[in-house]
Amino acid sequence: MMQIPADIPAWLAIIVALLLICGSLITLVGTLGLLRLPHFYQRIHGPAITITFGAGCFLLASMLYFTALQERPVIHELLITAFIMLTAPVTAMLLMRTAVYRDLRNGRRIADMATDPQPVTGLSATAGAKSSGLMEEPRDRNPE
Amino acid sequence: MTRWLPSPLLSLALLLLWLMLNQTLEPAHLLLGAALAIAAPLLTAPLRPFKARIRRPGAVLRLFCWSFLEIIRSCFNVSRIILFSKADNLNSQFIKIPLSLQDPTGLAVLSCLINCTPGTVWVEILQDTHELSLHVFDLHDENWWIDTIKHRYESPLMTIFEQEVP
Repeated sequence: MMQIPADIPAWLAIIVALLLICGSLITLVGTLGLLRLPHFYQRIHGPAITITFGAGCFLLASMLYFTALQERPVIHELLITAFIMLTAPVTAMLLMRTAVYRDLRNGRRIADMATDPQPVTGLSATAGAKSSGLMEEPRDRNPE
Repeated sequence: MTRWLPSPLLSLALLLLWLMLNQTLEPAHLLLGAALAIAAPLLTAPLRPFKARIRRPGAVLRLFCWSFLEIIRSCFNVSRIILFSKADNLNSQFIKIPLSLQDPTGLAVLSCLINCTPGTVWVEILQDTHELSLHVFDLHDENWWIDTIKHRYESPLMTIFEQEVP
């Protein structure tokens, strides 16, 4: 166990601890979502709360703690926030597009596409053209 | 001025980035950061084909405050769904939202904000109709989403990045 340094006021230590617990809980819930949700398009939403709210709690706790400990404003955690906000959306979008493309190419019905016969994405044009030769490809398990 | 500082906001952001990374306000680092802030935009100018112009700082602030609140609200919604509702009852859907925002930087910001909000993931923009294809974790009311994205995100972005407001 790490000792709380004496020069941190108790109220701040409590706030920091609460933030850390809150962040950990949110991270746990996000991971649980990744584990429990049945298919890819739902699982992609689970970790999103981890990277926004979970990471936000941790970074805020870090800022408060080190500002008090070093007795000067420590705000370079804001940079981490900015970089997460710039990179995580790109990852999510690429994963999503890859999944849609893969499903269309394998001729699998996309679970969430409603009764609407018109394809929801334009990826179908490129994916459909290749579908003939690739049907033998082993399909990954995607319980639906 | 315009020759050495073609994009003052970018330069300012780089200088701030440098100072925050080094956690200092020493003159030496100020100087180094300033050199970086002047050199980097000039050298990378060919990599940025679209010149973004940002107007209305008030609208920027309002947009980010709204997005911040929306992210926190969605976090709790998504957590509640993961913890307490059965996966069978989830109504995950792709929806289409007609967009009128054309500016590429505005669209990039819109995609970042939408993807940062838990529960929604941007798929793509359909080229022929300029509609946004979006995946929603638990859809209740499609019109609410269309309305929210058009009014809360798109119209502020249009006042910020585009010339005239229709």
